[in-house]
Amino acid sequence: MTVARIAMKEQDPVVRARNFNEVPYGYTCDEAKSEAARCLKCKKPLCVDGCPVNVKIPEFIGLIAAGDFVAAARKIKETNALPAICGRVCPQETQCEARCVLGKKGEPVAIGNLERFAADTERESGSVALPQKNPPNGKRAAVVGSGPAGLTCAGELVKAGFDVTVFEALHEAGGVLVYGIPEFRLPKAIVKKEIEYLESLGVKIVKNFVVGRTATVDDLFNEEKFDAVFVGSGAGLPSFMGIKGENSIGVYSANEYLTRSNLMKAYVDNPSTPIIKGKRVITVGGGNVAMDSARTALRLGAEKSVIVYRRSEAEMPARAAEIHHAKEEGIEFNLLCNPVEILAAENGAVTGVKCARMELGEPDASGRRRPVVVNNSEFVIDCDVVIIAIGNSPNPLIPDTTPGLSISERHGTIVANEADGRTSKRFVYAGGDIVTGAATVILAMGAGKAAAKSIVNDLTGN
Amino acid sequence: MAKILEKERLSEAVWRFRLHAPRIARKRKAGQFVILRPLEDSERIPLTVAGADPEAGWIDIIFQVMGKTTMQLRDLPEGASVRDLAGPLGKPTHIERFGRALCVGGGVGVAPLYPIISALFAAGNHVTTIIGARTEELIILEDDIKASCNRLLIATDDGSHGTKGFVSDVFKGLTEAGEKFDVAFVIGPVIMMKVTTALTVAAGIKTYASLNPIMIDGTGMCGGCRVTVNGQTKFACVDGPEFDASQIAWDETVTRLNAYKSFEARVRENYHECKIANA
Repeated sequence: MTVARIAMKEQDPVVRARNFNEVPYGYTCDEAKSEAARCLKCKKPLCVDGCPVNVKIPEFIGLIAAGDFVAAARKIKETNALPAICGRVCPQETQCEARCVLGKKGEPVAIGNLERFAADTERESGSVALPQKNPPNGKRAAVVGSGPAGLTCAGELVKAGFDVTVFEALHEAGGVLVYGIPEFRLPKAIVKKEIEYLESLGVKIVKNFVVGRTATVDDLFNEEKFDAVFVGSGAGLPSFMGIKGENSIGVYSANEYLTRSNLMKAYVDNPSTPIIKGKRVITVGGGNVAMDSARTALRLGAEKSVIVYRRSEAEMPARAAEIHHAKEEGIEFNLLCNPVEILAAENGAVTGVKCARMELGEPDASGRRRPVVVNNSEFVIDCDVVIIAIGNSPNPLIPDTTPGLSISERHGTIVANEADGRTSKRFVYAGGDIVTGAATVILAMGAGKAAAKSIVNDLTGN
Repeated sequence: MAKILEKERLSEAVWRFRLHAPRIARKRKAGQFVILRPLEDSERIPLTVAGADPEAGWIDIIFQVMGKTTMQLRDLPEGASVRDLAGPLGKPTHIERFGRALCVGGGVGVAPLYPIISALFAAGNHVTTIIGARTEELIILEDDIKASCNRLLIATDDGSHGTKGFVSDVFKGLTEAGEKFDVAFVIGPVIMMKVTTALTVAAGIKTYASLNPIMIDGTGMCGGCRVTVNGQTKFACVDGPEFDASQIAWDETVTRLNAYKSFEARVRENYHECKIANA
């Protein structure tokens, strides 16, 4: 007899589509205990293998079932420094939860929800404790970028006894966690707390420092006397479609749209940074960033927010939960549909998008069926804002200014060994989107962690 | 945080601030800019570095009061600090011994032009500079530039200083007199750059213009500063800010600059009202 998985209670879709508050409320203590009790405590827990940072899942869930929530959080933190974030934005359904034995016949244990619960409970109870730290080893490490890869790497290194400085180009630390992922999916107060935790461990964070410009990677070694540099500078430059009208007023990259809203807080009353609050907004793309953009548009007051995607829902890279949330909130999905031109009025402002219907053909290199244009199928969707969420290419600042660092000719990414983060340049390590191209928070964290291990190894012999 | 060491009013709405920024002072080259936020709630704005002293550790920025953020900046007193300052950003100007160089600046665009003039002059070029503004009061950096080039020509719309007319008119006069140049750098309002570079390009001069589009992060992340150059999308913050003027899609650049005009007017009014209410 199996007990049904307990869903987190959520804000009503109609209400939440007009505010920036977080969508789920999180578990109550009783809900968490009941959900934790579903775990079979497998002898060989497959879920742990499914986690890029190998969180001790059955152990922390066991502690929740026993009612020791704070101990559960500390158990997670032994391998994952950012559980409140991962519990919210990790794609558990393709990682830990995909491996859960319960999932074979019914629904897997809600590992992500429980992780979030443990981390939130520890934080809110004010009982966050500092872990064991090795004594200082006299080595200095520079971490470039304060996103998930950089923060994880910094956390691991400081625990290992390194003197760690994180360099952030923007005026706030957190990378994509603060500029990209919206408040309703990841409250910024939580990111801030996680960063303060790292600072309390001894990590120094220098903001407004653009590595590649303010100082090069070589400067960090030669002038600033660092012994190792980890580059986790993120995905960088937004891609555009290269179609007519794309530079019209009201056409944003998702990065720009989300940065204006999230980092620059354009959603508040009387903001300093403007954003065009469209009445009819079209978002192009099918990933999580597209969902975030379309849902942000609703919260900024759009009457209609439409996703335009050239393949079908089955090929959408976004998490199922995000697509589900978007649909609940009233986002329209125009699938098998590809923009061919953006239309604008004489003053340059967007008036609509001309799209072509697509159909799925043979699978392409990614294994997904290739979308093919249907002849004479063009039609126009009226709109006043267009958000392009079709991905990013790597930022050139560090590749262009770091001699000796191998760069992928095809992708412009830094070439680094996936297992250990080592690059072609001695004592330079890299991980996250700058190596893989746009991926997930947890994969970046896994890379940051692997690189930290190599740095410890290469510099201290441990 | 960067401390304001000096504050000077250059004309009605144009200010020069000297900021303590040793790292940027050491690194910056002609043509580069910084991004700053005067206060916690300010917009991020790009401003060109108009000068620097790597020994003393300061940079000069020159800005025109346009919207809320530049008003917030103007209202900071000497000794206070701007909250955020990042740079130097953008690609430096390519400086070499071209031969005869022409520099043309309009309005507050004279500020970013000044370090380029100095660098060209220091590299051994013969430098002719034309600067212009609506009226004499709005001409900035006249003495500094005069000391950093071979010849300075001035134009004002009302004829209150130098030639009556536009900088482009002065350039026409030079070509009619048979003068030749090997390279030109043009910085100013977009319309002035469009008109002037059309003339210099037609005269067969390799011409660069420095663009100042709307920008947020300044590191290539947002794409807000994109411009079309030679039919391709370029980001002014990482690919520029200088581009081959003969290839810039000028009309699109003008349109994109005006994207938030009405918003800017509104916040400007709000800022005035707040100041009055708090006075």
